[in-house]
Amino acid sequence: MRNTTKLMLAAVASFGMAAQAQAADVKACFIYVGPIGDFGWSYQHDQGRLELEEALGDKVETAYLESVPEGADAERAIERFARSGCNIIFTTSFGYMDATNKVAAKFPDVKFEHATGYKRETPNVSTYNSKFYQGRYVQGQIAAKMSEAGVAGYIGSFPIPEVVRGINSFMLGAQSVNPDFAVKVVWANTWFDPGKEADAAKALIDQGVDIITQHTDSTAPMQVAAERGIKAFGQASDMINFGPETQLTAIVDDWGPYYIERVQALLDGTYESVDVWHGMADGNVVMAPYANMPDDVKAMAEETEAAITSGELEPFTGPITKQDGSEWLAEGEQADIGTLLGLNFYVAGVDDQLPQ
Amino acid sequence: MSFEMAEAILLTIATAATPLLIAALGELVVERSGVLNLGVEGMMVMGAVTGFAAAQLSGSPWIGVLAAIVAGAVFSMLFAFLTLSLATNQVATGLSLTILGLGLSGMIGESFIGTPGLKLQSWVIPGLSEIPLVGKFLFAQDPIFYISILLTICVWWFIFRTRAGLTLRAVGDSHGSAHALGIRVIRIRYLAVLFGGACAGLAGGQLSLVYTPQWVENMTAGRGWIALALVVFASWLPWRVVAGAYLFGAVTIAQFHAQAQGIAIPSQFLSALPYLATIVVLVLISSNRRMTMRNTPASLGKPFVPER
Amino acid sequence: MRIELVRRPNPSALYSALSPLLALAITAALGAVMFALLGKAPHLALYSYFIEPLTEVWSIHELLIKAAPLILIAVGLSVCFLSNNWNIGAEGQFIMGAIAGSALPILAPDFQGPLVLPAMLIMGMLGGMAYAAIPAVLKARFNTNEILSSLMLVYVAQLFLDWLVRGPWRNPEGFNFPESRNFHADAILPEIMSSSGRAHYGFVFAIIAALVVWFTLNRTLKGFEIRVLGQSPRAGRFAGFSYTTTVITTFLIAGALAGLAGISEVSGAIGQLRPVISPGYGFTAIIVAFLGRLNPLGIVAAGLVLALSYLGGEAAQITLGVSNKVSNVFQGILLFSVLACDTLIHYRIRIAGPARAE
Repeated sequence: MRNTTKLMLAAVASFGMAAQAQAADVKACFIYVGPIGDFGWSYQHDQGRLELEEALGDKVETAYLESVPEGADAERAIERFARSGCNIIFTTSFGYMDATNKVAAKFPDVKFEHATGYKRETPNVSTYNSKFYQGRYVQGQIAAKMSEAGVAGYIGSFPIPEVVRGINSFMLGAQSVNPDFAVKVVWANTWFDPGKEADAAKALIDQGVDIITQHTDSTAPMQVAAERGIKAFGQASDMINFGPETQLTAIVDDWGPYYIERVQALLDGTYESVDVWHGMADGNVVMAPYANMPDDVKAMAEETEAAITSGELEPFTGPITKQDGSEWLAEGEQADIGTLLGLNFYVAGVDDQLPQ
Repeated sequence: MSFEMAEAILLTIATAATPLLIAALGELVVERSGVLNLGVEGMMVMGAVTGFAAAQLSGSPWIGVLAAIVAGAVFSMLFAFLTLSLATNQVATGLSLTILGLGLSGMIGESFIGTPGLKLQSWVIPGLSEIPLVGKFLFAQDPIFYISILLTICVWWFIFRTRAGLTLRAVGDSHGSAHALGIRVIRIRYLAVLFGGACAGLAGGQLSLVYTPQWVENMTAGRGWIALALVVFASWLPWRVVAGAYLFGAVTIAQFHAQAQGIAIPSQFLSALPYLATIVVLVLISSNRRMTMRNTPASLGKPFVPER
Repeated sequence: MRIELVRRPNPSALYSALSPLLALAITAALGAVMFALLGKAPHLALYSYFIEPLTEVWSIHELLIKAAPLILIAVGLSVCFLSNNWNIGAEGQFIMGAIAGSALPILAPDFQGPLVLPAMLIMGMLGGMAYAAIPAVLKARFNTNEILSSLMLVYVAQLFLDWLVRGPWRNPEGFNFPESRNFHADAILPEIMSSSGRAHYGFVFAIIAALVVWFTLNRTLKGFEIRVLGQSPRAGRFAGFSYTTTVITTFLIAGALAGLAGISEVSGAIGQLRPVISPGYGFTAIIVAFLGRLNPLGIVAAGLVLALSYLGGEAAQITLGVSNKVSNVFQGILLFSVLACDTLIHYRIRIAGPARAE
C-alpha cells in the first residue's frame, strides 16, 4: 500500500515536471456560472476562450471551471485557480464580484478580470462589460417595421439593470420608427429552462404579439416562434439554425476579441487594469446576419448599426421620458454610465412594472 | 378571451403537463410496489439526451422516442440492482441516480449542443379537430399526448382491475405477507422500477422531441421533482395524477398570461403560484384520512430481503 | 446465477469498518477505467480527487466550509428520517433561516455590537423552524403528505429570497444589482483560525449539533420515543408516545439546524444575501444523512467525504481538464459504491445457482 502511494506520488511529480517543461507563457483561466453546454451565456464565454487558444496558439494555456455556484464555492474556485499557476483569471458572472475582489487582494501578482461588475478594490482587478443594449436598439427598429400587430413580446430572465437596459433600448428603437409601438414583458424568473421559456413565448403569442425577443438563454422561444410562423430575435448566440425562416437577427456575445486583447497585453508587458464597456465598435456586440426581412428594413438596420458603431448614434440620448411621465434626459443629453449601470426604471411606453 | 386563444392555451397546458403526467404515472406504479425512486429527474434527463441523439443519428423522431424509453428503463435498472438486489437505502440511491444522470447526460450530449432537433409531428384528425374549443386539444396533438392519456387509462385499469395489479398493491402494502403468500416480491419490484424508468425516459423524450426539440444540459430543469410531488399529490391514484399535472401546468401558463396582461404583482409571487396551489389543493383533499391511508403503500421506501 | 442476501444475526463490526475502504477501492477501480476511457491518466485523476485537496492547509479550510452546512442539515434530517418524517425541504428551511437571520444587519445596519451575531444565529434558527413548522403542522393537523409540502416550499422560499434581494432588501449602494448590502463587521461569523484559511465557526456548530443530537437520540427518553415511533407507529402509540408531538418536534429540530446552517453560510462565507445562496445543500444533505446511516457521528464523516468529492472534482477539472459532468459521474460512482458496500454490514452475499426457487 505504502509503496503504491509512493509510486503514485512519483508519477505525479514526474508528470508535473513534464507539464512545466512545455508550459505556455501565460495561463488564462475562466470561471463560468452555467454549464458550457447552455448554448447561451457560459457557452459564449467558452467560445471566447477557444478563440483565444486559436489566436495565441502555444503561447497561452487555458483552463476552465463550469457550473460554479455564486456563493461560498466561487471564492474557493477562484483561489484554487490563483494557486494553480493562473496568470490571469476571468470570472464571468456578476455574482462573483466580491469573491473576485477578496481573492485578488491575496494574490497581487495574478490579474483578475470580472465581467459585468463594478468593484475594483485592488490594482490587479479589472472589470469588463458589454453594451448589448446597442443591439437591442437595432432590434427594436426592426421589430417596429416588421410587426403588423404593433406589439412585441419580451421574455425577460430577471429584472436586473442589464435586462432593463435592453428593454428600454428596444423600446426606444421601436419608438423611433413607430411612436405607438408596444412591448409586453414576461419574466420567466430563470436564465435557463427551455420548457418555461417556450411556455412564456406561447403565452405572449396567444396575447397577440407577432415578434418575440428574449433575454433568457435557450433557443426554445425561437423554436416556438418558428412553429407559430412569426418572427423572433436570437440571444447570445446566432440561433439561425433553430429558426431559418424566423430569426431576423441575433445579438451575439463575442468575448473573443477582448480575451485575446487582454492576454496579448499580458504577453507584451503592456497590461493595465481597466474598466471597460465594449460594444459594437470593439467587435464585442455582433449582429447576426439580417435575414427574413425586406431589403428596406435590412438597409435601415445596417444603417443604424453603422451609426452606433461609429459613435454617431447612442441609443440613450434625449429627449427621453420615463415611464411615469417625468423627464429623464433632455434634448441631446446622453445618459451617464452610472445611471446606465444601475438602470432601474422604464422609459415611457413599456407595459410592465419593476419591483422597487 | 376569444375561442382561438382558449384553444391555444389548452394546447400549451397539455404540452407542459404531458411530461409531468407520464413521469408521475411511472413513479406511481413504482411506489405502488413499495419502492420510492427519487431518481426520476436523472432517468428523465437520460431519456431526453438519448432520445435526442437517436433521433439525430437515425433521422427519425420515432426511433428517438423508442431510444428514450429504453434509456430510461436501462438506467433505472442500476437503481433496481442496488436497492432490490443489494437492499441499499432507496432515498439515497435515487438521489445519487439523479446526480449520475445529470453528469452522464451532459457527457453524452456534448456534441449535440446547438443542433436543432427533429420534432415529432402532431397527429391531426380531420373533421374532429375542427370542433370549437376542444377539437384541437383532443384531436390535433402530438402522439405522446395520446400516449399519456392511454397510459393513464392502462395504469388505472392495471392497478385496480387486474390480478397482476392486485399483486402489485399487495407487495406495496405488505411485502412480508405477500412473500408469505408465495409472491415473488423482488421480481415484481424489478418490473415496476423498469416500467417507471421507461415512463421517465419517455417523459424526457417528450421534452427533447416535442416540447422543446433541442438538447441542452439539465434541460429537465427540475420536472422530475415535480413529477415525484404529483404522485403524492394524487394519493397514488392515476386519475388524480392527471388532475395534478394539468393543474400545475395550467397555473404555470396562467401566470405568464397574467404577466403579459401587465398585472402589477411581482413576478416572483406569480411564479410561486403553481407550488402554492398544489399544496393548498392537497391540504383540502387529504383531510379525508381514511381514503389517503387506504391508498398509501404501507411498505413505501422499506427494503425487503426474503428470509429463508 | 442470482445474488442472494442473507441477513446476519448482528450487524458486522468488521464490515462496518471495512465497507468504506472497500467502497473506496471499488470507486478507484471504476473511476480509473472511466478516466482511462476518457484518455486521462487514472493515477493523476485519483490523486487530484482524493489527495490533492488535502495537501494544503487552505484547502482543508475550504473542505470544512463545504462540509459544515451538509453536516448541520443532515444531522437535523436524520432525526426526521428516523421518526419516518420525510422532510425533503431542508433547502427551503436553509434559505428561510438565512433570510430571518440576515434581517438584522440588512434592516438595522446601525445596530452593532457583540449582541448582533448571537441574535442573528437565533433568528436564523427560528426562521428555519418556522418554515419547517408549515409541513409539520399540515401533516399533523390536516394529514397532508410532507414530501409534497416540504418540497414545494423550497421553490417558494427560493422565489421569496429572489424577490427580497431584487426588491425591498436590495443594496442601496449597489447600482440596483440583485444583492443585499454587505454585512457589517459585527454580523460576520468569525473564522476559526484566520491565519491559515477562511473556515468559520459553522463547522464547530456542525460538530456540536452532531454530538448533542447523538446524545439525545441514544441516551434520552425523547430519542427513544422518536426511534420507536419511526420503527413502529403502533408500538409507539401503545407506549403512550404522541404522534403529533413527534412530527412537530422532529421537523422543528431539522428546521432549526437547517436555519442555523443557512445563517452561518450567509454570515460566515458569503457576507450578504444573494439571489442564490445554496448550491442545493438541502438536497445533498439527504444523501449525507443516509450515507452516515442516520447516525450523527457517521454523518460527520459522510459530510466530509462528500465535501471532498466536490473539491476533488474541481481539482480534477483544473489538473486534467475534464468537465464538470465527469466530476458528477465520478461522484455518482462514489455514492453507489458506498451504498452498495454498506449492504455487507447487515447481510452476507451469496451467489446462487439459477435452479433454486426463491
